[in-house]
Amino acid sequence: MADKKKMESTFFNMVIVLTAIALVSSLALGFTYINTKDAIAAVQLKKTLDGIKEVLPEFDNNPYESKYNVEGFEGVEFYPAKVGEDYIGTAVKTFAKGFTEDVIIMVGFDKDGKIVNTSVIQHKETPGLGSKMSTPKFKDQFMGKLPSLENGIKVTKDKGEIDAISAATISSRAFCEAVTRGYKGLIKGGKK
Amino acid sequence: MKIGKEFYRGFIKENPVFVLLLGMCPTLGVTGTAVNGLGMGLATTAVLIGSNMVISLLKNLIPEKVRIPVFIVVIASFVTIIELTMAAYLPDLNDQLGLFIPLIVVNCIILGRAEAFASKNGVGASILDGVVMGLGFAFALTLLGSVREILGFGSIFGIKFVAEEASTMLLFILPPGAFISLGILTAAINKLSMKKG
Amino acid sequence: MSNKLIVSLSPHEKGELSVEKVMWGVVIALMPSFAISVYTFGFDAIKVVLLSVVFCVGIEFLIQKFMLKSETTILDGSAAITGILLAFNVPSNIPWWQLLAGSVVAIGISKMAFGGLGKNPFNPALVGRAFMLASFPVEMTTWPVPFSNIWSPATDAITAATPLGRLAEGGVKALGALTDPPVEAVDYIDIFIGKVGGSLGEISAAAILIGGLYMLYKKIITWHIPVFYLLSLAGFSGLLWIIDPSKYADPLFHLLAGGAMLGAWFMATDLVTSPMSVKGQIIFAVLGGLLCGAIRIYGSYPEGCSYSILIMNAFVPLIDKYSKPKRFGKEVNYG
Repeated sequence: MADKKKMESTFFNMVIVLTAIALVSSLALGFTYINTKDAIAAVQLKKTLDGIKEVLPEFDNNPYESKYNVEGFEGVEFYPAKVGEDYIGTAVKTFAKGFTEDVIIMVGFDKDGKIVNTSVIQHKETPGLGSKMSTPKFKDQFMGKLPSLENGIKVTKDKGEIDAISAATISSRAFCEAVTRGYKGLIKGGKK
Repeated sequence: MKIGKEFYRGFIKENPVFVLLLGMCPTLGVTGTAVNGLGMGLATTAVLIGSNMVISLLKNLIPEKVRIPVFIVVIASFVTIIELTMAAYLPDLNDQLGLFIPLIVVNCIILGRAEAFASKNGVGASILDGVVMGLGFAFALTLLGSVREILGFGSIFGIKFVAEEASTMLLFILPPGAFISLGILTAAINKLSMKKG
Repeated sequence: MSNKLIVSLSPHEKGELSVEKVMWGVVIALMPSFAISVYTFGFDAIKVVLLSVVFCVGIEFLIQKFMLKSETTILDGSAAITGILLAFNVPSNIPWWQLLAGSVVAIGISKMAFGGLGKNPFNPALVGRAFMLASFPVEMTTWPVPFSNIWSPATDAITAATPLGRLAEGGVKALGALTDPPVEAVDYIDIFIGKVGGSLGEISAAAILIGGLYMLYKKIITWHIPVFYLLSLAGFSGLLWIIDPSKYADPLFHLLAGGAMLGAWFMATDLVTSPMSVKGQIIFAVLGGLLCGAIRIYGSYPEGCSYSILIMNAFVPLIDKYSKPKRFGKEVNYG
């Protein structure tokens, strides 16, 4: 250290060095951003499409482009799917308050409003308890069910038909509530 | 300077997690599984090598009084580059670590090595220090992640060795489990390194 | 002169109570509850208590013998009490390896890692229980139906909701026969003598009271902590009950149900983890009772007794600091 002299901390030096470093960093960041932008967008789109594919039968349109919202159901997104011109069902991204935070799930309804399948998109439930909502044992119960317009779908403890995950009633209830919310929104929006 | 001795220094003797107790936030936050620990460790290693290299190159150009802002700008740039790259090409890992990647900026290890080592040593030595310390950090996080995953999920690197429905010690995946495992591992590593001298 | 003047540290006069006497006295006081749990849950209760005691004593022995290489003090009975209390805090059908994990945490982490008997800040049995409840929430909250399988080991757990569990799930009306389909109303006599689902040792308030009175008689504990703890719990829940009886359960229910009795008499009074002065003990107990009620009524867990005691354990050094008796010779304000 002693052999080379350090830059002195004069006002001028400090401004110049900081500006130069900031400029170089910005350039590097801008370059990375431009080069990863498309890849990141593709990943996001693929994630949503994969989520829709998981809960609906085969379709050939791009539901992501015809996404719509329904008044009174803020935060719920509807992705209608078609084969050719025929409407086959809608994937609904919906949510409900879980044990800790919102549980966000994707539910696929066929054209009669029956549930095709469900998938969990995001949750912060207790690992090993509420997190079991993505296991087949729990979520397969929803397959083929037609929620009632008044009561939606409920766990057995609330006189419904879904067996709750043991020791995780709140998470199970949240899941049912999210499905119900999605279904009601779908009906109100008039199933497109 | 022997490479073997350097690695012993980074992994055991001056291990950033178990001995220096630096970077506790990612250590406790992301080590729920071995893969997450490894991913976080390697991302930190990449940032550490990059920032050590750049800072040791620039060390004579940085005025003393603004060195910390300069370090932070350099580190933050590397972190953002890593973050964007991970979001684009490793989306699954990015989902798991998402929240913690930006926090690498404030990881004490990186600033600490920049201040204590890279700003005083040559480029070669600084890169080696970045590699050794980074891998030592990755090793610690992977070890902690493995212990928590084995006890908490009954699996290791995602491979389950107990029945799907079997109950495991969930506490180890929850935050208190991170503290308990870290404490016990720290004690064990210290005992080990004390014996070796 | 052969007579030497021997100077030793205080205390110069020692009482009759030794660690062993206190500890084995507590063990005797726990026997009525043990008897009730065997009567209610059968062979499983004996198995769980024996296993737990063997695990706790064994782990303490192994740690002292091989890790610390120090004297072994397993015969002082403190590890045995931890074992019994841990067993009293779990359902009778708990798998043995989970009990072992709980014992390792109770003795290894909560007691020996802090330096052994007298140096642990938290009650070891409660730490073990908290660990097990967080780790094995399904097994820890699946209680076998009382009297379902007296002499055969439980195979399939038949869940019996605890009174507190029913309260947390369905509110006050779930305690009566108002639900649809109607369930059997909670009978206070049943909770008092222990004909309900629950963890081993907490089911019978009566048996715990007998043990508690025995400890008072033997002067192992003083009355302040249990009485103030229960009074404060009853006061808190009673206040809410007076405001809205249709929403909140009455204080008697809160006193009898769950682990409040067991906690107040046997775990809050742990000599190591409770304050030293009477004033400190009263502060400790009142705050503990409030916390217990708050967790039961507002928390997401049905039972808050164990957590209330653990939280108050953390405050003991602080309470001790501010409730120190005046030094001898120091001016005392008699006003």
